[in-house]
Amino acid sequence: MADSTELIIERERGSTIVSDISSSHDEAAFEVAEDVLLRAEKVNVYYGDFRAVKDVSLDVRQHEILALIGPSGCGKSTVLRCYNRMNDLIKDARVTGTISYRGVNLYDEEVDPVEVRRRIGMVFQKPNPFPKSIFDNVAYGPRVAGQKKGLSEIVEISLRKAALWDEVKDRLNSSALGLSGGQQQRLCIARAVAIDPDVLLMDEPCSALDPIATARIEELMQTIKKDYTILIVTHNMQQAARISDTTAFFTSDVETRNDTRTGILVEVGPTENIFSNPSDERTENYVTGRFG
Amino acid sequence: MTDASTGLQAITASHLQISPLRRLREMVVRHTLLVAVLVSVMVSALILWSLLSEAWDFIVHVVWSDTWGQLGWFPRRGIYDIPTILIPTFIVTLIAMIVAGPLGLGAAIYLSEYAGSRVRSWIKPILEILAGIPSVVLGFFALTWIAPNLVARIGKNVFLIIGLAILAAYVVVAARIATTQLKKLKSRATDREFTVDTGMENTTWITLTASLVVLTAVLAMGVVWFIDVWVDFIPASAGSLAAAGIGVGILTIPLVASVSEDAMAAVPNSLREASAGLGAEKMTTATNVIVPAALSGIVAAFIVATSRAIGETMVVFLAGGAADASEFTISPFDGGLTMTAAMASLASGTDNVVGEGLTFQSLYFVGLVLFLITLGLNLVAARFVARLREAY
Amino acid sequence: MISRILDSKTKNTISRAVEKRSLAQDRRSAYKSTFFRVILQAALLLTMLILLVLLVSVFLNGTDHILSRLGDFLNGTMRSRSVDEKLGVHQALYGSLWIVIIVAVCAFPLGIGAAIYLEEYAPENRFTAFIEVNINNLAGVPSVVYGLLGLALLVNGQIFGLDRITGGRSTLSAGLTLAVLVLPIVVITASEAIKAVPNSLREAAYGVGATKWEVIRTQVLPYAAPGVLTGTLLSVSRAVGETAPLILVGAVSGRLGPNPGLFEMSALTDKFTALPLVITSWTQQSGRDVGFTAAAAAAIVVLLVVVLVVNSVAIGLRNRFEKKRG
Repeated sequence: MADSTELIIERERGSTIVSDISSSHDEAAFEVAEDVLLRAEKVNVYYGDFRAVKDVSLDVRQHEILALIGPSGCGKSTVLRCYNRMNDLIKDARVTGTISYRGVNLYDEEVDPVEVRRRIGMVFQKPNPFPKSIFDNVAYGPRVAGQKKGLSEIVEISLRKAALWDEVKDRLNSSALGLSGGQQQRLCIARAVAIDPDVLLMDEPCSALDPIATARIEELMQTIKKDYTILIVTHNMQQAARISDTTAFFTSDVETRNDTRTGILVEVGPTENIFSNPSDERTENYVTGRFG
Repeated sequence: MTDASTGLQAITASHLQISPLRRLREMVVRHTLLVAVLVSVMVSALILWSLLSEAWDFIVHVVWSDTWGQLGWFPRRGIYDIPTILIPTFIVTLIAMIVAGPLGLGAAIYLSEYAGSRVRSWIKPILEILAGIPSVVLGFFALTWIAPNLVARIGKNVFLIIGLAILAAYVVVAARIATTQLKKLKSRATDREFTVDTGMENTTWITLTASLVVLTAVLAMGVVWFIDVWVDFIPASAGSLAAAGIGVGILTIPLVASVSEDAMAAVPNSLREASAGLGAEKMTTATNVIVPAALSGIVAAFIVATSRAIGETMVVFLAGGAADASEFTISPFDGGLTMTAAMASLASGTDNVVGEGLTFQSLYFVGLVLFLITLGLNLVAARFVARLREAY
Repeated sequence: MISRILDSKTKNTISRAVEKRSLAQDRRSAYKSTFFRVILQAALLLTMLILLVLLVSVFLNGTDHILSRLGDFLNGTMRSRSVDEKLGVHQALYGSLWIVIIVAVCAFPLGIGAAIYLEEYAPENRFTAFIEVNINNLAGVPSVVYGLLGLALLVNGQIFGLDRITGGRSTLSAGLTLAVLVLPIVVITASEAIKAVPNSLREAAYGVGATKWEVIRTQVLPYAAPGVLTGTLLSVSRAVGETAPLILVGAVSGRLGPNPGLFEMSALTDKFTALPLVITSWTQQSGRDVGFTAAAAAAIVVLLVVVLVVNSVAIGLRNRFEKKRG
C-alpha cells in the first residue's frame, strides 16, 4: 500500500451527502463539492409501474473510488446503470430526476447515450469478452468510435493498465474465450479503458472470481484510480472497506401493503465512517452483519 | 489529473453527442429495417385483399341454392357444389389424423420420456428429414405405392376396420382423459394436495368397458353397412381419397411429433421426479402425469396438423383420384377433390383458367374459405400453446 | 434396528414374503409397461419404415434413368412420349435454380431485416405484438393460397399492374410468389437465432460506446449467423420443393420452348417450369403412358438429392453450433 497516506488524507476530507439538500453546508463542504464529477439528484427508476429505486441523490468526486453496498435487491446495480444510461436498453425502464456529469444532465434530450457510454465505461458482473481475439476485444471500442490508426499502441497501453499485457502479449490473436475467468475480467477492464473513459462503473466485478483473481483486480483498481473515477457495486463488505474512499449504503424499503421493494439510499460517507461509526441504525445493522 | 482546487473542466451537452455521420447511419438503418417489417405485414393485407376482391364477385353472383346438393364440382361448367369438395376435405383430413396422430404422438412420447440422448440424436434428424420431403414426392408415393400396395392389396375391409379400431381407441383415450380430468377437478374441490393417479375406480372401468362394447358393436355394424352400400371395387392403379389421406398423414407425422415433444419437454422435471418418487412406473408417469400436463400442447399439435392437412394440396391433387372435376362422393375409396385439389385442378389447365362466368372467381372463393379455416385453427392452436406456456 | 435382532433365517423369510407379494403386483404392471414401451417403439419404427419404403420405392422406380442415362436425363427436356431419348429435367433444373436465386435475393434481406427490427428495435407494444402474431399466422397459411396471391397480383396484375414487370406467367412471378411464401419462415428462424444471442454480449458492446447498429452488425449478427443460415437453407429447400403455388402461377407442364441462356435477363420474364412441376406433370401422365412413372421417380430422386442435401447441411450446422454453445 504505497499510497495509503494519500488515501487517509482523502478520506479525512470527507464526502458530502446531498440526500438532504435543505441542510446547510459549511465552507469546506462547498469547496469539496467543486470537484464533484457526477451528481445524482432525486433519481427514481421505474420498471413499468414498479418503482425500483426511490429518490437517490449522490455525489461522486473525481478520482475517488465509491462503493455501493447493500443487501441484494436494494437497487444498487440499477443505480449504477443509470450513470451510463444502460437502463435505456431495458424495455419499459424509466428514469426520472437528473444525473449531471461535468455539469451536463446525462438525461438531457440532446445527449446521446452512446457517447455517454464512451466516457463512462462499464465492467460487468460476469466477464463478458466478445468471442473474438484478445486484440479485437480491446480494439473494439476505439474501432467503433472510428479510430483506425494506432490501435496496437492503444491495445498495449490498455492491457498494461489492466495488468494483463505480460500474460497475453504473445497470443494477442488467440480467442479471448481461452483466458481464465480472472484474465477475462481484466481483459474486460482493458476493453473498458481502451476508449479512454472518464469514469469506470464496475458491477460486482469480482463476484464470479476466486480470491486470488479478486485480489489482483482490487490491486489494479488502486493503481488506475489516479486516471479514473470508479464506482463499484459490491456484495462483499470487506472489499468495500479495503478499496473504497467513500461508501454509499442502500437498502430496500419494503412496502408491506403490496409486498414491493423499493431501493433507497440510506447514507453515504467516508468508508471509514460508514464501517466504524455509521449514523443510521440500518447501516450499522448491515455492516455488523445483523441483517442482510 | 485535473487540478482539483480549481474545479473540473465543465462540458456542454454538445460534447455528449456522436458524430453526425454515425447518427445518420443509425437512422437510415432503422428505417430500412422498419420497411422490411412493413413489407412482411403487407403480405397479409395483400392476401386478404386479393382473396376478398375476387371471392366477393362469386359470393354476390353465385346462385346459392345450387351450391348445396349432391351435384358434383364442375367449375368449368358452372356447377359449384360445395359439399362435393368439403366432404372429401373432411375425409382426407380425418384419415391423415388417424395415421399421423398415433404415430406422431407415440414417437413424441418415446423421444421425450424413454429415449436416451444417443437415440434422440439419431432419430430427431431423421424426423426432420421426413419433415423436409416435398409434398409432391408424397403425392407420387401415395399414387404409385400406397394406392396399389396398401389401399388395394391389403383390402378395403381390413383397412376400414383398422381405421375404425384406431378411432375407437381415440374414444377410449379421450374418455379416460375426461374421467381423470373430472376426478382431478373433484379432488381439487376437496383437497389441494398433489396426487398422481395410478388407476381408475372400478365403476369408471365398468362404464368405460360397457360403452366400449356398445361402441364397437355400433361401429362394426356401421362397417358392414358401409361396405355393402358404398364401397366399390378399387382399381389398383387409381388414386383414392384413402390413398391421399394416408399420404397427407405421413406428411404430418413430423409436425405432430415435434410440436407434442416440445410440449412434453416443457413439463418440468420435478413432476417426473415426484411421480417416480411415489413409485410410479415410467408408463404411469407418461400417461398419467406428463401427457395430461402437456395436454394443451398436444392438442395444439393435433390442431396444427389438422390445419396443415386441410391445406395440403399436392398429395390429394396427384393421388386423390379425381382430375379437374368430381362427382359427389362420401366414400374414401372413391376418387374425389378436396378444396385444395379443386383449386390446383382448376388452375392446371393447359391455358389460363377459363370457363363460364364465375370459374375464376370460384377459385378465390375456395381459397378464401380455406384461408379462414386454417387461420382459425392456427389461432386456436396458438391459444393452446400459450396456455401451456403460462402453466410452466 | 429390529432387523438386526432377528436372526438371518427369519429375516430372509420376511423379505421373501414381501418380495413375493409385491412381485405378483409388479409383474402385471411390468408387462403393461413393457407393452406400452413396445407400442411407442413400434410407432417410431413404423415412421422410419415408411421413410425407408418411400425412398427405396422412389429410387427403384427411377433407376432406369438415374443409373443408365443420368447425363442425358439432366440435359434432356420435357417430351410428349416417355421413351423419347431426349427426355429430361434440364429446363426444370434451370427454372428451379432461377427461383432459388429470386427467393434468396428477395426473401433473405427482407426476412432477416424484419427479424432484426422485431428483436432489436421494436418497442414492446400492441403493434409489435400484432406484427408477430401476423407473421406467425402467415407461416401457417396453406401454400396454395400464396399461389392465389401470386396469380392475382403478379400474373394478372389485378392490384398494381405488376404483370407489366413480371411478364405474367413467368419465372419472376413464380420466384416472387415463393419468396413471399418463405418470408415468414425466414423471419421466424432469424428471430429465434437473434433471441439466442446472450444479452451480456450486447451489454458489453453498448458499454464501450457502440451504437445500436454497430452492436447488431459486429456482435449480434455474427453470433446469430449459423442460426440465420440454417433458417435460410431450410427456406431454400422449401422453395425448391413447393409445387402448388407454381401450378396456380401457371408454370408450364407440357412442352417448353428452347431456353434462353442461363444469365440472360429475358429468362426472368419468360414462360418457365420447375422440378416439382415436371414431377407433377409426369406423374399425371403416367396413367396414359406408364413410362412416365419412371421419369417422375427419377426427377424425384434429383429433387430429393437437392432438398435433402440442403436440409442436412442446415440441420448439421444447427446441431453443431448448439452443441458448441452448450
